Amino acid sequence: MTSSIVAATVKKKQIAQLISLGKRLDGRGLTDYREIQIEPGVIERAEGSARVRLGKTEVMAGVKIETGEPFPDVPNAGVLTVNAELVPLASPTFEPGPPDEDAIELARVVDRGIRESKAIDLEKLCVVPGKKVFVVFVDVYVLNHDGNLIDASVMAALTALLNTKLFNYEVEDGEIKKKPGYTRLPMTNHPIAVTFAEIKDTLIMDPSLEEEQVMDARLTVTLEKDGKICAMQKGGSGYFTQEQILEAVKAAKEKTEELRKIVVGG
Amino acid sequence: MPIFYEKRQLVTPGDLIAEGDYIAGDNTYKEDNKFYATRVGLVDHGDHRLSVVALKAFYIPSVGDLVIGKVVEVGFSGWSLDINAPYIAMLRASDAFDRPFKTQRDDLTSIFDVGDLILCKIVAYDRTRDPLVTVREPGLGKITRGQVTEVTPTKIPRVIGRKGSMIGMVKHETDCQITIGQNGLIVVKGKNPEDERLAIIAIRKIEQEAHTSGLTDRVTEMLQKEKGGVENVSET
Amino acid sequence: MSQKPKKLIDNKGIRTDGRKLDELKPIKIQVDVLANADGSAYVEQGKTKVLAAVYGPHEAHPRHLAQPDRAVFRCRYHMAPFSVEERKRPAPSRREIELSKVIRQAIDPSVFLEYYPRTLIDLFMEVLQADGGTRCTSITAASLALADAGVPMRDMVAACAAGKVEEHLVLDLNDTEDKEGTADVPIAFMPNMNAVTLLQMDGMLTIEEFEQVVNLAIGGCKKIHALQKEALKAKYVTVKEEEEEG
Repeated sequence: MTSSIVAATVKKKQIAQLISLGKRLDGRGLTDYREIQIEPGVIERAEGSARVRLGKTEVMAGVKIETGEPFPDVPNAGVLTVNAELVPLASPTFEPGPPDEDAIELARVVDRGIRESKAIDLEKLCVVPGKKVFVVFVDVYVLNHDGNLIDASVMAALTALLNTKLFNYEVEDGEIKKKPGYTRLPMTNHPIAVTFAEIKDTLIMDPSLEEEQVMDARLTVTLEKDGKICAMQKGGSGYFTQEQILEAVKAAKEKTEELRKIVVGG
Repeated sequence: MPIFYEKRQLVTPGDLIAEGDYIAGDNTYKEDNKFYATRVGLVDHGDHRLSVVALKAFYIPSVGDLVIGKVVEVGFSGWSLDINAPYIAMLRASDAFDRPFKTQRDDLTSIFDVGDLILCKIVAYDRTRDPLVTVREPGLGKITRGQVTEVTPTKIPRVIGRKGSMIGMVKHETDCQITIGQNGLIVVKGKNPEDERLAIIAIRKIEQEAHTSGLTDRVTEMLQKEKGGVENVSET
Repeated sequence: MSQKPKKLIDNKGIRTDGRKLDELKPIKIQVDVLANADGSAYVEQGKTKVLAAVYGPHEAHPRHLAQPDRAVFRCRYHMAPFSVEERKRPAPSRREIELSKVIRQAIDPSVFLEYYPRTLIDLFMEVLQADGGTRCTSITAASLALADAGVPMRDMVAACAAGKVEEHLVLDLNDTEDKEGTADVPIAFMPNMNAVTLLQMDGMLTIEEFEQVVNLAIGGCKKIHALQKEALKAKYVTVKEEEEEG
């Protein structure tokens, strides 16, 4: 029933000791992910949606499509906006209110992976150049926090986008008129994130909440489907050496191939 | 076991001072067998001990130190003092009264009020609690006259000088009473504001040039020049 | 329909601002520039100008921000409305909030926070003019301001970005290169411990390219680290010189 984020010292020692032996509290290996459950299309009212469970972490993503004006410096492309909510019911440490720095960081890291990998073919979302485009709203909703919100959120956002339906339309007098039927949101890439926690100079993948509470630092590496890095984010108050960063990037590449199969299929 | 700097050489945080079997003194830290500076300052070593005399640091309370604090809050059982440190010091009401006091009857603000400067002594301080001060010793208490100036606490020893030689000279030349708080606050009480001003200029000069040598002579010279000018005016 | 954009790097490997691929922008550093702050620094890196100030350590108000066993940083990275081409609204944007967080986490490992439990250290960075690399310049300035304030540190933190522009790997991107280039990797580094305290990336890089970009950025950080030390010493050397003349 604890609402404190201070981890018991005894637990810290326990976790660190196990890790130096290559083991974790829940018996996983250093590069093992918890059980992943993905359910696409859980919210029918949304244009696209997904619920992802990563161990006990639970994240929902919903996609809504609206029409709007393009950014003046990219008049021929649709607009992508990613928001994240650390919903108070997800953790005793989440307070009600506007997104705090953690929620904002989460949203922006998820956004970077999608945007830089050009996962969505935004140019296909242009309706009237310079005037009307489709705006894709991705809302990440954290429902239960048991660590590694970033990876779960990226998987949820990607799954939601992959089952997002765009209504058919025609342009009449500069206005959009709906036609019957749907098309899939045009997707050209599948970014996947792998997050490491550093505990006593050892890197572990997919940290649980307990592990996050004792970690020195955190590193997220997002790769696109051809193995290029498209986003990175170091978090936490510790540091990494150059060697550790390279080690993490190589390990992440392998892992994302495995994870991508789970999210996107074969 | 090399030391990479000579005495009085300037170092910055993270500079590698030495490698080997030494003791990490003030403003240094040890990692493996290497010793690094934690602040900007002048290297000092001797007796296997490495330290850095910081050119700028804030005051950390030490039991027994005489400090000058400013009352910032009057509570029910005492006063909170700003002693120019990361922590607020507490002066208990029971410390300022000779008799047991009653919270309803005794008005603490009549003794010390917000804004008052108090000369006090640190009696207790550890990392889990704010420092505790006392005014029970003779000479301690509210400062009622004089001018206050502030120097960075690491330079207080320079202001005092070896065996009090520096401050003794300033007191003599300006005919002022000078009370020095280890926390960097200094109160100057003179026969007139002009004398007090001279003392303060002297203290400022000492602070600015603390890291140089021959300072005592230069400050004496400056004071005599300043006084000489004033005396000339008053003669005519 | 659109004109072919001007090349950002010519075939001699010279960039739009005249620099070579691995050349840092010209840097100017001053410490102790603000009278009220406990420590301060002003850094110009090319056209980017950042002012940083430190207040503290001091008692934590509100109390709940304090930690029982260490000091806590309260960091604010903020861009002045006139710092960018199109006026930026003064209210903190999501980008500024994220950067305030990552900058704080880049500085945290450098300070002996455990020496001052239950206190707060306020660190303010104002970008007065932005031309790329503002978070890196802010970290460099912040570290200087902390040293100037006499906050004990393990090492100075220097920050620099490297990236990919038109097939070339370059150091210290300016604003145009950042916007139109292929990748940008800002890094903050503490040389004593070979410690990377800030690492972000956006764009697309192969793993091999990434490795080279990181090397490039760390090389830039080491150069800036040396400049930081010089600037801190310069404040005291000048006084000494004045002394010896007078």
